[in-house]
Amino acid sequence: MKQGASWFNIASLVVGFLFLYLPIALLVIYSFNESRLVTVWAGFSTKWYGEMWNNEGLMNSAWVTLKVAVVASTFATFLGTLAGLIMARFGGFRGRTLFSGMIYAPLVMPEVITGLSLLLMFVAISLDRGFVTVTIAHITFSMCYVAVVVQSRLVSFDRSIEEAAMDLGCPPGRTFLQITLPVIAPAVVAGWLLSFTLSLDDLVIASFTTGPGATTLPMKIYSQVRLGVTPEINAVCTILVGLVAAGVLVASLVTRRQELRREMEERAAQAAP
Amino acid sequence: MARSAKEPDPRQEVAYLQGDGAAAGTLSGLHARLLLLPPYRILVTVLKRLGVSGRNAVIAIPYLWLLAFFLAPFLIVLKISLAEVVVAQPPYTPLFVFVEDGFIAIQASLENYLFLLEDSLYWKSYLSSLRIALVSTVLTLLIGFPIAYGMARAPKRWRFALLMMVILPFWTSFLIRVYAWIGILKKEGLLNLALTQLGLISEPLTILNTDIAVYIGIVYSYLPFMVLPLYANLEKMDLSLLEAAADLGCRPIKAFWVITVPLSLPGIIAGSFLVFIPAMGEFVIPDLLGGSQTLMIGKTLWSEFFNNRDWPLSSAVAVILLLVLVVPIMLFQRMQEKTAKAEG
Repeated sequence: MKQGASWFNIASLVVGFLFLYLPIALLVIYSFNESRLVTVWAGFSTKWYGEMWNNEGLMNSAWVTLKVAVVASTFATFLGTLAGLIMARFGGFRGRTLFSGMIYAPLVMPEVITGLSLLLMFVAISLDRGFVTVTIAHITFSMCYVAVVVQSRLVSFDRSIEEAAMDLGCPPGRTFLQITLPVIAPAVVAGWLLSFTLSLDDLVIASFTTGPGATTLPMKIYSQVRLGVTPEINAVCTILVGLVAAGVLVASLVTRRQELRREMEERAAQAAP
Repeated sequence: MARSAKEPDPRQEVAYLQGDGAAAGTLSGLHARLLLLPPYRILVTVLKRLGVSGRNAVIAIPYLWLLAFFLAPFLIVLKISLAEVVVAQPPYTPLFVFVEDGFIAIQASLENYLFLLEDSLYWKSYLSSLRIALVSTVLTLLIGFPIAYGMARAPKRWRFALLMMVILPFWTSFLIRVYAWIGILKKEGLLNLALTQLGLISEPLTILNTDIAVYIGIVYSYLPFMVLPLYANLEKMDLSLLEAAADLGCRPIKAFWVITVPLSLPGIIAGSFLVFIPAMGEFVIPDLLGGSQTLMIGKTLWSEFFNNRDWPLSSAVAVILLLVLVVPIMLFQRMQEKTAKAEG
């Protein structure tokens, strides 16, 4: 009986992960296909990567996307860290329910609503659509993800260290910089990376809020995908998937190592007389 | 009682702002010296006079941002949904109009909402979105539960790697993952190729551009959102309960229904909200994988806005969608608050 149950577990894991990874794997494999046809394998080739590199429109939009993602995720990390700190540490204050609503709602809000409402506001305050408006839009939704990540890190961390510092006369701002921030640093880094990929990925909100001259890569991919599947798009997607996979792996290894080192230091500190 | 501990002592704060006690060369020393410069000093004094403390200032920064760029836009959507479409820049009539004698007239009409009721396209889109989102949520739960269960019961040393493997697709582009399915599902695609080669079918199946493709797309894209809360929940479960049930002669299948499922209910609900609410307004999946007969309100809103350029009507569509979703969103927020508190 026990054996049967664990076989079931292994089978569901294998099937589940095949389902999750097979489509991406096929996409990567077919980006190296010589033939333009998706189902005909005509030999290994990297020519689509070359064509992609020479496609100026694609490269321009990739550059725009990268700039938006860096700026947006940096601002989002700042605002989101503050928001997470407020949610986890500031207790009750007037308007807290509204605040937490504005943090959680964007996580599930359909993108068409967020995109449309931001666009209409930019038009109402006659802000020219382009790089700035896309960046503001991306900051707004990704700061909420950062806030949730930072908040969950803060509630699981013993606040008595902070209280001890403040009891010893350390002002709140300094306590935050010297004690809280180093502890939540992995969550802040994870939040930055998360905002970066969210911004890199967004099609719907960018389509609403952008203007001429600031076409992002997902918008470019989308307009080409509507015309049909091409190995060139497969090549772009493969590079994006590779970059993200490498980034996530490196980040998780770094945070794990930091965590281990911190634990060791803490143990050493406790052991010292 | 914890509150009083973090309430800043005003005297300390003043000392901090004046730079007393901050060691030179440290970051906070630099910070304190920066605050001594006249413009900052004046600003800080003005803020203090107005009763703005450091704590309130910290709250104000993200609060004002979200008010300006998340809440205020909804009010504007509401306003424009009451306007009429005109050929102009911007393409809608103003809500407030200056008339003679210095009076302001309010021009609002519910025409857009009446139109949504009259034209069957819209309410059919809402109902069809609701159906597709509900069915996909159930399917995602049925597929996600065994995966989360398998992960939670896997040996401890595997769990981190398994968790990373579920999270990784979530970090890769949504658009790319949807796009990957086009190559698989289309008539001359990989699935039909594999099935004909295996001799299972003689005629290629039509899956792409049907509702089935939309279900596959939603289940695939949102699966991590279902698996992660379920896993977090199942992993914490006390396994001795199952042992006790087995000792008392309860069969494993029954124990699963009587113990495991009720205990994992918070995970099931959280995962279902995370799938259902965004799926309801989904645009990319029905647009790329669905056919012309696949009605979803996100797609209708998009074409109303970008193809017909009817901003007031698309605003009305958005307002109604928001009204449909406001209850699930509030329930979701409540649950998140509760779990955040329970963790602490």
